[in-house]
Amino acid sequence: MASPPRCELSGISKRFLGVTANDAVDFRVAPGEICALLGENGAGKTTLMNILFGYYRPDEGTIRVDGREHSFAAPRDAIRAGIGMVHQHFTLVPPHTVLENIIIGTREGGRFLLHRAAARKRLAALQERFGLRVDPDRPVAELSVGERQRVEILKALYRDSSVLILDEPTAVLGPQEVEGLFHTLRLLAEEGRSVIFISHKLNEVMEIADRVVVLRGGKVADERRVADTSARELAQLMVGREVLERIERPAVEPGATVLAVENLRLTDRQGVPLLDGVDLHVAAREIVGVAGVAGNGQREFCEVLFGLRVPTAGTVRIGDEAFPLGRPRAAEEAGMARIPEDRMGAGLLVDLTVAENLVLNRYDQAPVGSGILYHHARAEEYARERVEAYGVKTRGVDQVARLLSGGNLQKLILARELDGEPRVVVAAQPTRGLDVGAMEYVHQRILDQKGRGAAVVLVSDDLDEILQLADRIVVFYEGCPIGEMPAAEADREKLGLLMSGVAA
Amino acid sequence: MRMRLERREPLPSWVLVLLPVAAILATLVLSAIPVALAGANVFEAYVALFQGALGSRFNLIETLVKTSPLVFTGLAVAFAFRAKFWNIGAEGQLIAGAIAGGVVGIYGGALPSFLLIPLMLLVGFLAGGLYACIPALLRTHLQVDDVVSSLLLNFVMIYLLSALLFGPLQRPDAGWPVSAEIAEAARYPVFIERTRLHLGIPLALGAVLVVWFLNQKTKFGYQARAVGSNLQAAHFAGIPTNRVIVLTALVSGGLAGIAGVGEVAAVQYKLLTGFSPDYGYTGIVIAMLGNLHPVGVALSALFFGIINVGSQTMSRMVDVPSYISGVMEGTALLVMMVFLLLKDFRLRIERR
Repeated sequence: MASPPRCELSGISKRFLGVTANDAVDFRVAPGEICALLGENGAGKTTLMNILFGYYRPDEGTIRVDGREHSFAAPRDAIRAGIGMVHQHFTLVPPHTVLENIIIGTREGGRFLLHRAAARKRLAALQERFGLRVDPDRPVAELSVGERQRVEILKALYRDSSVLILDEPTAVLGPQEVEGLFHTLRLLAEEGRSVIFISHKLNEVMEIADRVVVLRGGKVADERRVADTSARELAQLMVGREVLERIERPAVEPGATVLAVENLRLTDRQGVPLLDGVDLHVAAREIVGVAGVAGNGQREFCEVLFGLRVPTAGTVRIGDEAFPLGRPRAAEEAGMARIPEDRMGAGLLVDLTVAENLVLNRYDQAPVGSGILYHHARAEEYARERVEAYGVKTRGVDQVARLLSGGNLQKLILARELDGEPRVVVAAQPTRGLDVGAMEYVHQRILDQKGRGAAVVLVSDDLDEILQLADRIVVFYEGCPIGEMPAAEADREKLGLLMSGVAA
Repeated sequence: MRMRLERREPLPSWVLVLLPVAAILATLVLSAIPVALAGANVFEAYVALFQGALGSRFNLIETLVKTSPLVFTGLAVAFAFRAKFWNIGAEGQLIAGAIAGGVVGIYGGALPSFLLIPLMLLVGFLAGGLYACIPALLRTHLQVDDVVSSLLLNFVMIYLLSALLFGPLQRPDAGWPVSAEIAEAARYPVFIERTRLHLGIPLALGAVLVVWFLNQKTKFGYQARAVGSNLQAAHFAGIPTNRVIVLTALVSGGLAGIAGVGEVAAVQYKLLTGFSPDYGYTGIVIAMLGNLHPVGVALSALFFGIINVGSQTMSRMVDVPSYISGVMEGTALLVMMVFLLLKDFRLRIERR
């Protein structure tokens, strides 16, 4: 590259409690360049940028801005060095006006007094220059998501950022707003500012970026000039080529349809569709894998199935019975085993004992519960049985669950949910964060359920897992299935393209 | 240099039992500083404290009389906190119970004692309990912070008592805010002549057992534990979390309400303003010191009863102002909070 980099990260490593998020990453961006940072969820994109923005200190590695080495203790230091970041979750004060939000913490924000007039003038000039329309006197609470994003960008520009980092900026925008954003980004680059664009959407990356750096598993997989690459190649780089050896799968014919989801729709409070007419049928002895880049409705889909959210429209039937949505207990009583994505949050009571966790959905039934009573000894007896059946490693059923390893916590959930021959199993990210041994164990248990006759929905961000287990694969994009194929015909490349919204 | 907290391996359960004991000892050591500053011999002062509280049958009974309402308010707070319903309103609920029980006691003289007293208890329980349901419902339905609303409702009840005592409940011939006396039949029976060893003391013991039973032996106790441990997971599992919170509030406020009934039926025999020396707020400290366990609450309440009564003797004998009991209560809370923190975390000092 001809021009010297505006900022340069070299050899950045960052570990969280033993998990490596970034591993010796080199990254640089030149003045006037739009550089995309591409990668799957958990590839380490956001961590890397949070290091550049001073949120985290790297365990190893150096940060240089305009040739000078920096050690940022806090975002304040990074801002002073000319780095601005627009997070996925905005950091605005909703009751305050746009202007107040922008000048907070700046010179015009003042020590005691606000200098609104001067600030207003400067802001108007910035808005004019970069086409960022938003009324400075409206409270942020009244703004649309797209407008809020503009405020965040203005906030960064107001602080004279020469490097602007945007974390998945298009995730919350409609198509026209995306056009507007891209226009602004191009103007910024023309002025010689650097833009770092975090994304996992290939089409957008191809459209806006000059150069793409692909992260995979915390490392730089490769980088390309956009002019010299294709969406197909980037998809391969993003998901990796290595395909693990497939585990033995019993050949079984699917039976009759057990789970029928029809026309499921869900919108958030702003009216943005989260689920946009999902239809899905799953037969007995069938595993349907739901793939997709995180944030395309898979989580909401599970939440509806689990009975946590009431959809705006649609039905879910198990067998011939539609069950009432929005009631967690109803899903379970209809015969659904629910393995939630967030083990520690939704799945377990980590401060209570192993036994108390195992009886969570049968504490009120015989033999554990009778009348108003809870029989502690019977709960422990039941728990010992389940702990043995699932090989949960614990010092005893009266041990606090928090002490178990991740794999054992997941076994605890399986031991609880898979009891009683469920007709449907919905597993969300069942092996996320688990080691290989535990992962295999979970996979085997899921296959067992299929063999037994359950209809299984496997929602996962891990393509290998889906390719290994599923009989049929459905890809979610922007809140609905964009395509589906039998697992036998699927490969990473086809799935990668579908996941990026490129219809087959 | 900076300090950092790091989560530690859980300690064995006997440490949990020792924690309040250690906290009490540490409180006595730390409180020696102000005692010495007041110019007293620390050893003599503490001897006076414990003799004053436990040294004779009369003193011991007085200590128990002080302990009884503290057991109720301590249980009230502990029961709520276990389910993470942050009830700071035991004081107001206690007053609500006192008003309701007191009204029944004043006008119910026609009933025999064995009916009147249970009726007062029931009415007092309901008054306190329903009053506590207000912050619970505000939280479950409108996401109003329960700490703030339950705290502020205390003042509403304090002024309501005042308004009633200047209005409909004022004794006709009194020029100050006080009600008529409750009926003879409404007075708690006394077990030993010429002492105040009254019904409220065995009732407090009974409440300890009931709360222990509710916590450990019932489905409701399990639900409350689940809600307190992880609201999201409890909801995911289909536990009716809102109902659990409201029922918790009902029982919690009810326990505080019974404390109020006891103050009217066994100590004051009438309603008057300012009859509670902050029993409700002290209940929070007692619940924390007792580690939210009913037996722990009973023992902490006893400790507070001792320093309450003993500090009077201490002030007479060695001239340390009886405000020292307030200092000790505050110290006990702070010490226990630090101990509870150190139970789960270790302190690491880093130089950089």
